[in-house]
Amino acid sequence: MLTLISQLIIAVTGFLAALLLMYGLKRMSSPATAASGIRVAGVGMLAAVIAAFLYCFNLDPAAQPHIWVNLGLAILAMAIGGSIAWWSGKTVKMTAMPQMVAIYNGMGGGAAAAIAAVELFGGRTNGTTELIVTLFGAMIGSLSLSGSIIAWAKLDGVLKAPLQFGGQQMLNLVVAAVTLVVGAAIVVAVAGGPALLPLPGLIALFFGCALVFGILMTLPIGGADMPVVISIYNAATGLAVGLEGYVLHNPALMIAGMVVGAAGTLLTVLMAQAMNRTIFNVLFKRFGATKGQKHSAIAGEEKPVEAGDAAIFMRYAKSVIIVPGYGLAVSQGQQKLYDFVKLLVAAKVSVKFAIHPVAGRMPGQMDVLLAEAGVPYDMIFQLADINDQFATTDVALIIGANDVVNPAARTDKSSPIFGMPILNADKAKKVYVVKRGQGKGYSGVVNGLFYEPEAFMVYGDASAVLGKMIEAVKGLGKAAA
Amino acid sequence: MDSQMTINVYAGAYIFMLAAFAGWVIIGNVPAILHTPLMSGSNFVHGIVVVGGLYVLLNATTMLEQAIGFVAVLLGAGNVAGGYAVTVRMLEMFKSSDAPKTHHAKRRHVTHHAKKA
Repeated sequence: MLTLISQLIIAVTGFLAALLLMYGLKRMSSPATAASGIRVAGVGMLAAVIAAFLYCFNLDPAAQPHIWVNLGLAILAMAIGGSIAWWSGKTVKMTAMPQMVAIYNGMGGGAAAAIAAVELFGGRTNGTTELIVTLFGAMIGSLSLSGSIIAWAKLDGVLKAPLQFGGQQMLNLVVAAVTLVVGAAIVVAVAGGPALLPLPGLIALFFGCALVFGILMTLPIGGADMPVVISIYNAATGLAVGLEGYVLHNPALMIAGMVVGAAGTLLTVLMAQAMNRTIFNVLFKRFGATKGQKHSAIAGEEKPVEAGDAAIFMRYAKSVIIVPGYGLAVSQGQQKLYDFVKLLVAAKVSVKFAIHPVAGRMPGQMDVLLAEAGVPYDMIFQLADINDQFATTDVALIIGANDVVNPAARTDKSSPIFGMPILNADKAKKVYVVKRGQGKGYSGVVNGLFYEPEAFMVYGDASAVLGKMIEAVKGLGKAAA
Repeated sequence: MDSQMTINVYAGAYIFMLAAFAGWVIIGNVPAILHTPLMSGSNFVHGIVVVGGLYVLLNATTMLEQAIGFVAVLLGAGNVAGGYAVTVRMLEMFKSSDAPKTHHAKRRHVTHHAKKA
């Protein structure tokens, strides 16, 4: 009876979790409903996790004697893993979000791989199909784990430059092939065929190869492409979870995993498009491989201007569009920027933020950073929605952004960023560019916009410049009074 | 023998196909402004793997299985708890200019304190 009831509860909560998780993601289609959506999803998840402890009432007979040890281990693992991750999630800085997401993602991949390992070492898979599905889940989960760790190390600055050497792609190909061959050998051995190694040895080798493959695959990829890589591993982990869900006969895992697998794939494609890269290029070609080429001749020179003068011009403008980039986040200037914007809004200036899809280190990160500073989301506009408005705007204020406003992407076929969607800041009547110095952007491409007749440079750290701008506008108010 | 549902290969393929389609459609409607929370949110969703981890750990019969099962639950719990924590934190920051009152009051409060100190 107890067995039956617990089975029923597990089945119902699993169904509910799958439903609520999808509903929660659905509610992310607007910032107004997103927060409540994720909470609803959280309720579904919590119910499924608590119900999972009811597995105690219908264990394999062989596991019965170990129940107390296993239960203790489960509670301990939940407590340690859950509390450490919860605490780090609550305290991580918003600028460090990409590497945090990479770590949580790697954990999910590792968990899927570990489930597969128990199934494989314990010989629990039932039939060849299940075995093959388990192996694929194991491989994808393992490479997602090790790859995500490398991605974290790169974004966190632990690993500096992309590691590249001759014949690297050949080596990667060989490791991938060896992984598949070992997997096939496991299938043959389990089916009763000849085994090159004892089965546990083969399984260990299989996991080893998959982990090494994840490391090798991620090492040569540069920092700018890392968000795409994180997104790929996110999709991969989802897929691995879905496959292990099939092996465990758990439809909730299958559905949640596969939803993420598809979602992550779509997100990866969108991201790669915004960066003007194909997924193939991200994985196998280095960005800026065409570096050092001749740039089209650019006429004119950069014209510096004082922060205060620029601020006062904007104070008397009708409309201003602000284009923030990662340089703003680096100098922690978001709060000051919003303070400045509030002054402009108080003076009846129409102010909008224009966000490029890859502003920041990760798509959407700039939106989060602005939201953190208190900017209401209805002031924040995405590329497609605002690009036509630059032409009728008095001032475009570019802060710490470079490549995403480089007109060469529209005009210069020889430029490595040609074809990348950009914000048309150059179409505004006047352009102010806040920049640390006369450097190039992440892509190493010269930006012709800075040499336009109506473009003016405000040199300095974004945060310091904004401080001066606030003072200038406030001083104006005092003088008038 | 199995306490759980049995799903044959065909039913499994249909579940995968429909779930993938649902994921594609649902995420296609998410605006770019929420792409970072979306990534961490979908990260949280695959954290359901912890349920699978609990299943294998509770059914473990050898030391090796217990050790690997422990790792599975540990990592899965980290995935789900961390993914949820960061996603909620980020989404709570998104406010509309129509309803910023509580937020502003709170922020003013904070700066007030900061000035005192």
